[in-house]
Amino acid sequence: MENSLLTIVTFLPLAGAVLLLTLPKDNFKLIRVLALVIATTTFLLSLFLFFYFDVLTPRMQFEQLATWIPSLGANYHVGIDGISLFLVLLTTFLTPITVLSSFNSVDRHAKEYFICMLLLETGMLGVFIALDLFLFYVFWEVMLVPMYFLIGVWGGERRIYAAVKFFLYTMAGSVLMLVAIIALYFFNGGTTFDFSTILSNLQTGRLTLTATEQSWLFLAFFVAFAIKVPLFPLHTWLPDAHVEAPTAGSVILAGVLLKMGTYGMVRFCLPLFPEATLEWAPWVNLLAIIGIIYGALVAMVQPDIKKLVAYSSVSHLGFVVLGIFCFNQQGIEGAIYQMLNHGISTGALFLIVGMIYDRRHTRLIEEFGGLATPLPVFSTFFMIVTLSSMGLPLLNGFVGEFLILLGAFKANVTYTVLAASGIILSAVYMLWMYQRVVFGKVKHERNKVLPDLSLREKLILVPITLLIIWMGVYSQSFLRKMDSSVNELLRSFQSTAVVFKK
Amino acid sequence: MTPSLSTLLLAIVALPLAGAIATGLFGKRLPNSLVGFIACGTTGVSFLLALITFSKLLRTPLEQIHDLSFNYFRWIQVDNFVANFGFMLDQLTGVMLLVVTGVGFLIHIYSTGYMASEGGYYRFFAYLNLFMFSMLILILANNFLLMFVGWEGVGLCSYLLIGFYFLKKSACDAGKKAFVVNRVGDFGFTLALLLIFWTFGTIDFRAVFARAASFPVEGFASGGTLTTICILLFIGATGKSAQLPLYVWLPDAMEGPTPVSALIHAATMVTAGVYMVARCNALFVLAPKAMMLVAVVGALTAIFAASIGLVQNDIKRVLAYSTVSQLGYMFLGCGVGAFAAGIFHLMTHAFFKALLFLGSGSVIHALSGEQDLRRMGGLKEKIPLTWGTMLVGTIAIAGFPPLAGFFSKDEILWQAYASPRGHWLLWLVGVVGAGMTSFYMFRMMFLTFHGQSRMAADVEHHVHESPRSMTVPLVVLAAGSVVAGWVGIPHVMGQYLGHPPNAFERFLEPVFEHPLKSEAGHGTEGLEGGLMLGSVGIGLVGLLVARTFYLKNPALPEKLKTRFRALYITLLNKYWVDEIYDDVIIKPVKIISTYILWKFRGAGGVFRKLQSGYTRSYAGWILVGAVFIIVYISFS
Repeated sequence: MENSLLTIVTFLPLAGAVLLLTLPKDNFKLIRVLALVIATTTFLLSLFLFFYFDVLTPRMQFEQLATWIPSLGANYHVGIDGISLFLVLLTTFLTPITVLSSFNSVDRHAKEYFICMLLLETGMLGVFIALDLFLFYVFWEVMLVPMYFLIGVWGGERRIYAAVKFFLYTMAGSVLMLVAIIALYFFNGGTTFDFSTILSNLQTGRLTLTATEQSWLFLAFFVAFAIKVPLFPLHTWLPDAHVEAPTAGSVILAGVLLKMGTYGMVRFCLPLFPEATLEWAPWVNLLAIIGIIYGALVAMVQPDIKKLVAYSSVSHLGFVVLGIFCFNQQGIEGAIYQMLNHGISTGALFLIVGMIYDRRHTRLIEEFGGLATPLPVFSTFFMIVTLSSMGLPLLNGFVGEFLILLGAFKANVTYTVLAASGIILSAVYMLWMYQRVVFGKVKHERNKVLPDLSLREKLILVPITLLIIWMGVYSQSFLRKMDSSVNELLRSFQSTAVVFKK
Repeated sequence: MTPSLSTLLLAIVALPLAGAIATGLFGKRLPNSLVGFIACGTTGVSFLLALITFSKLLRTPLEQIHDLSFNYFRWIQVDNFVANFGFMLDQLTGVMLLVVTGVGFLIHIYSTGYMASEGGYYRFFAYLNLFMFSMLILILANNFLLMFVGWEGVGLCSYLLIGFYFLKKSACDAGKKAFVVNRVGDFGFTLALLLIFWTFGTIDFRAVFARAASFPVEGFASGGTLTTICILLFIGATGKSAQLPLYVWLPDAMEGPTPVSALIHAATMVTAGVYMVARCNALFVLAPKAMMLVAVVGALTAIFAASIGLVQNDIKRVLAYSTVSQLGYMFLGCGVGAFAAGIFHLMTHAFFKALLFLGSGSVIHALSGEQDLRRMGGLKEKIPLTWGTMLVGTIAIAGFPPLAGFFSKDEILWQAYASPRGHWLLWLVGVVGAGMTSFYMFRMMFLTFHGQSRMAADVEHHVHESPRSMTVPLVVLAAGSVVAGWVGIPHVMGQYLGHPPNAFERFLEPVFEHPLKSEAGHGTEGLEGGLMLGSVGIGLVGLLVARTFYLKNPALPEKLKTRFRALYITLLNKYWVDEIYDDVIIKPVKIISTYILWKFRGAGGVFRKLQSGYTRSYAGWILVGAVFIIVYISFS
């Protein structure tokens, strides 16, 4: 059982999607409830991963290996360590919430919508658990398809444009990565795509890459990931995709999809190409910092709340990249923590924007103002999430940001000073937006009669709020599960890097 | 069996949090009286426990106090970085604990009366209790990161309470401004935290200070790591404690309900910066340049804010600028190495400034919300208790013996002159500021309570003394404003009173043990007495000028206004600092973000230009590429 738990968690949503296919189209209520049950079961099952996770070993856990395509040397090889564990949990946590959030907002093709959501979950989980490069690539691509449909079918007015843009950007990166994977495969003798095998070959010297080869391979992987993150200046697809995507799409996009980029950097770039990573790190960090400040400044002047949150993602993810590329324990654990924080807080922000969009069918800040009067409960949740996104201590965002700055400070003081200015800017754009939406007198007559949160909406926001507080107050319960894996990652990274420096 | 100190401290902090959760979640459905009872009850019990803690502290042998540190759980641990959720107790914490819970409790009681007719009663008390919780974390924390938790927490409560009347745009703007300006300070604090960790390998206060002891005193000209740390910490302090150049948020913060102004923006939160500098005295004494910066900024703020206070017409704004100015005195004290004097003034100020704000609240309450001094006057007979208590506060802040402000302010002024890190210029600035203080305070008193009534008729009709819940705290605070200074009677006076020691300073001495003690100061007792007379004298001048201006000859200030019009306008407009910040920083950033940064298309923009859709153009690119490849191959 333990061996296949990861597989069960990953493919349960797919099985659910197949089950939904057999249901009649018009039984909308059954479809959505079933989708919720499946997603929730997946989450509950994934909790076993959390509780049975062994904090002491840096090795992969819940590992499973089966031959898949012997002629290519591609295996079904999955497993998680202290890095991927939390991204798996983030995915299984957010999916039921997004399913619940779409209960009333899907106006057409509801059955296909929930099928897409479940397919998407399997795709995302696959990306985080895959330990075979070929398998990883398959999941990476598979996941694009339901996302493309989510934006293209259930999106806003310019959904086709946004969906195509999203697809083109991501594909451009994917192609580069595919080339790099194939190159790596042949460099290694053309017998296996297994990540662990290739990695140990590299580390034991059985496979050596020249500096140029490393550099090119690193760049190919990195660009693919950087587009996904998105790292400045590759970020322009993000605001479009977010604005057009339906609420659930935005939540998953910001909450999980962006993390695939940063996850890929940690999982593949650092261990596979340590020398090239070190060589390019100053440039990567520079872009990360530009992203932090640029994203915050542009977020500040957005008239559309969703765009504001989208640009704030550019800023937050800049922090994550900075944390990864300062190569120390604090920085990387901070980065992983920040990936989770961003997933939860930004996801919650999109849910909140969705809730007022459902009521007013607009997301323009100027259309609101004074919502605290008709929507006091809503405003309270909104406040907590806003504060968490701003990195207020005792809420989740602070811990990640602080650890990243702590790590970055050891690596480069100038970068840290620049990045820390982000904490001022985040207060500016978030509080200003909050004030214009929630405080003051009710500006528009129609807003006076808006209903406050329904039970369903409270059920969505309460678990998120509890998690926000738990992660901020008792951070150690999460951080200690990352320690061994990050430590091991850095140990091998630094031993190679030292050789390189000589 | 008495509970252990560790349990006591935890309970002191946990009670207000429990109160905040209870009133915040369920207060809407509870009657106001119960909400008020929960809020006051939790803070009151906290105060009682603080008294017990303090008495235990007094009975603890000195050498054991150094070990009073309790870790409750591990918050963050990554590699060698460890942040615990832990508290510490020493003499400094003890004093702060009493000030915060004591004044806090009184203001909670006062608020039950003041807020009685306001909407959002439960919300107000939930925020107020949350503030108590954060402030207590701030002063009890045993490490820098947890202190920062409290630091941000009080900032949040300040934000929420300034914007309490959220229907008013000016209140929301003021709240946001407070938070953002404080974040500028936090930027410094955060960097200081990072530098402290990478310098000392720990963020625990006592461990950091112990390790710092092995560092040499840094040269004045060259500076060094400690100087950088201290300057960064002080940037944090200028934000929270409203010093130049980050003081701008505090006057606007008066948009909040008056009890909030008294508790957060006068007695407790704004003194957090002073507390932090005093807490880190072991670092500051090793960084003379940073200390001089603290002293100079403090002195400049003291006189700068006092000068603005001279002409303000809003009763709360006068008090707000007065607070900024008094905080400047506290920093002046710390900056010249007289940390105990700074904390002494912090304590006495908590009494008389809380009193003055609550008194002004009582006035505003009596006048149905009127805050403009120009529409007051002649209230002395109508609200005598408010008048009497406020007069005590005014005399105390103006620095007349034997009230509290005299002892603490004079200790600072004397140290500003005589301390080895002092200078006669710092003293002079301080004394001029003291004269101004006396003037603007008596001006406020005369305009409010004396002379002819200038009230609107319907307002005058309703004037009434405040309910017991409001006046009792006034009386208690007035008593405190009289006696609080007696714990720190300086030797020069004490010798005529049978040599009572400067008990306050001696009590805090173990916290402020540092090499500065061995440096020789200058000045004699005779001089100390002389300077003391001088500062009382200038206070008297301020009083007399105010009397001439506002009681004897009301036409005179008008004449002066026209005569020195430019100066008057400058002061009235607060040196246009807000406008300058707006034009130089805020507007340009907005314009650049909107019209330049937002228009940037990113990497996609480049490819977009290449894809014109014309076959000719693509053919051209293919040609360029082909030529490039041929050239590359033939030359490589």
